[in-house]
Amino acid sequence: MADPVPLRPTAVQAVPTRRKRARWLKLLLADRRALISLVALVVLVGAAALAPYVSPADPTSMEFGMMSPPSWAHPFGTDDLGRDLLSRVIYGARISLFVGIVTVASSMLLGVIMGVLAGYYGGWLDTIIMRYIDLQWAFPNFIIAVYLVAVFGTGLSNVIIAVALAFLDDFARIARGMVLTIRERDYVEAARALGASDVRLMLRHILPNSMAPLIVQATVSVSYAILAEAGLSFLGLGVKASTPTWGLILSDARSFISRAWWLGIFPGVAIMVTVLSINFFGDYLRDVFDVRETSVEGEGA
Amino acid sequence: MTTYLLKRIVAAIVVMWAVATLVFFMLRAVPGDPLQAMLFDIGDPHAADVLRHKYGLDKPVYVQYGLWMWNVVHGDLGASIYGSRVPVTQIISEALPRTMSLALLAFVIAMAIAVPAGIISAVRKNSPLDHGFTFLAFLGLSMPDFWLGIVLIIVFAVHLRWLPAIGYAPLSDGFIPWFRHLILPATAIGTAFSAILARMIRSSMLEVMKMDFITVARSKGLVEDRVVLKHAFRNALIPVVTVVGIAFALLMAGAVVVENVFAIKGLGRVLIQGILNRDYPVVQGAILVVSAIFVATNLVVDVLYTFIDPRIRLR
Repeated sequence: MADPVPLRPTAVQAVPTRRKRARWLKLLLADRRALISLVALVVLVGAAALAPYVSPADPTSMEFGMMSPPSWAHPFGTDDLGRDLLSRVIYGARISLFVGIVTVASSMLLGVIMGVLAGYYGGWLDTIIMRYIDLQWAFPNFIIAVYLVAVFGTGLSNVIIAVALAFLDDFARIARGMVLTIRERDYVEAARALGASDVRLMLRHILPNSMAPLIVQATVSVSYAILAEAGLSFLGLGVKASTPTWGLILSDARSFISRAWWLGIFPGVAIMVTVLSINFFGDYLRDVFDVRETSVEGEGA
Repeated sequence: MTTYLLKRIVAAIVVMWAVATLVFFMLRAVPGDPLQAMLFDIGDPHAADVLRHKYGLDKPVYVQYGLWMWNVVHGDLGASIYGSRVPVTQIISEALPRTMSLALLAFVIAMAIAVPAGIISAVRKNSPLDHGFTFLAFLGLSMPDFWLGIVLIIVFAVHLRWLPAIGYAPLSDGFIPWFRHLILPATAIGTAFSAILARMIRSSMLEVMKMDFITVARSKGLVEDRVVLKHAFRNALIPVVTVVGIAFALLMAGAVVVENVFAIKGLGRVLIQGILNRDYPVVQGAILVVSAIFVATNLVVDVLYTFIDPRIRLR
């Protein structure tokens, strides 16, 4: 422990801010995929936020012809009740993005608290927390979410809780692993010697230095959370019927795909474009923060 | 080796016990009474009490837990609370072969896509072909499996009329009907996994191709195809074995959703229908069996891996 070699240089070394800023911009301009994804995401978030202004019709109004194919008036066509599909997809973006961001934010908060407590204090607290995390780790996140919905019941708020809990193991593992590597660094030691409290050490010294892998994980998790919400809604475990969400529109479309292919195609394209953009952007962030996938294992101690 | 194996088996049993216990207590801790839902139409408050007594739901929770555990250990998962009270073990043993068929075929399809794609990407690193495969891999990972299922139905069942849109035919009806019913759902599930697998094979191949024995093989004058396939690919497969466990997890998770697209009465459909009907014995049973499959797969993969790479054993 004489000379701690930084394992993840960018996460630890103090890189001058100006050089770092130039780096992210240079990487972004060089990465066509990241650039296109960023534009796509801005458009998506914009459309979701301004849905009442940008959508051509009210997503619940049934005043149009039933199941008419895509046309200039209805670019995505209309559904079995004569509602404009494009408007429903735009309003669906609100729920998908909202659920994706809210679940991952809560998941990250909970996971990081658990991971930091486990890594910082160790002992029985670490054992209890990590036993639970290991248990959850044995199953795919989506299956955990289904299990939790089985327990909590269906509905939007229950889906948010279920997905948030299902994804927290990734964050807890990363946070714990980072705490274990950073805890022993000289600057933390120095802060401790100066009399910094535990909370201050965790919040001011350890957490900011473990942000990079957490941010990358959060980005990836948002895309998986969006897929999970769509899957749960599709299965009828999500929001109540009549709410336009991508998963639910696709679920309803099943009965009509022999006559109206557009109902089965466009909402799925919306999901795919969103998830793809987030994945590409996550890939770019991984380059910016120089986080290798193998370094996010969190297998400390 | 024996100690390692024993330790792993004990750990797997503990995980299963923990899952069973968590599921049992969490399902009971949540407000909402399945009997109330069942008797909603009848409107007779006594009927609920009678049924509650009949099913042992009026006993203290710890007694219910003890009884349930005793039954589970003896292979009795209870019975569906609906209709003719079909035993849960019967429902699951009918569903299991369907899910297994689906997962197996999905795995074969994923391998058939991933192995050539991974090898070509590695051999022609940074070529347009490699970039194309990379893009396709991202695409495959970003498509919801249930949506891909819908697209496949629209194309191959509705428009081309080549394949049946929904349903299942057991293998006992012959290979062709079985295959025709499963190829679309299996493709829907296998695509995302093939993307992961292809990336794994690519990076593993690149790693191996840098090694000395490859240089030796080349300098011996071996044909490049032989170097790639015989020397590099075989060794590149070792780390890929670890993802087989992940593979199974992903394929099972995919099956849970995609079975509902294709109306295949597998484990996933049993689980989801159980949740929607609040049929607790069925939900508990399905969760237990799905979890047992995961835990068993993880165990088998871990043990297999120690055979392939003995360095792992010491941990």
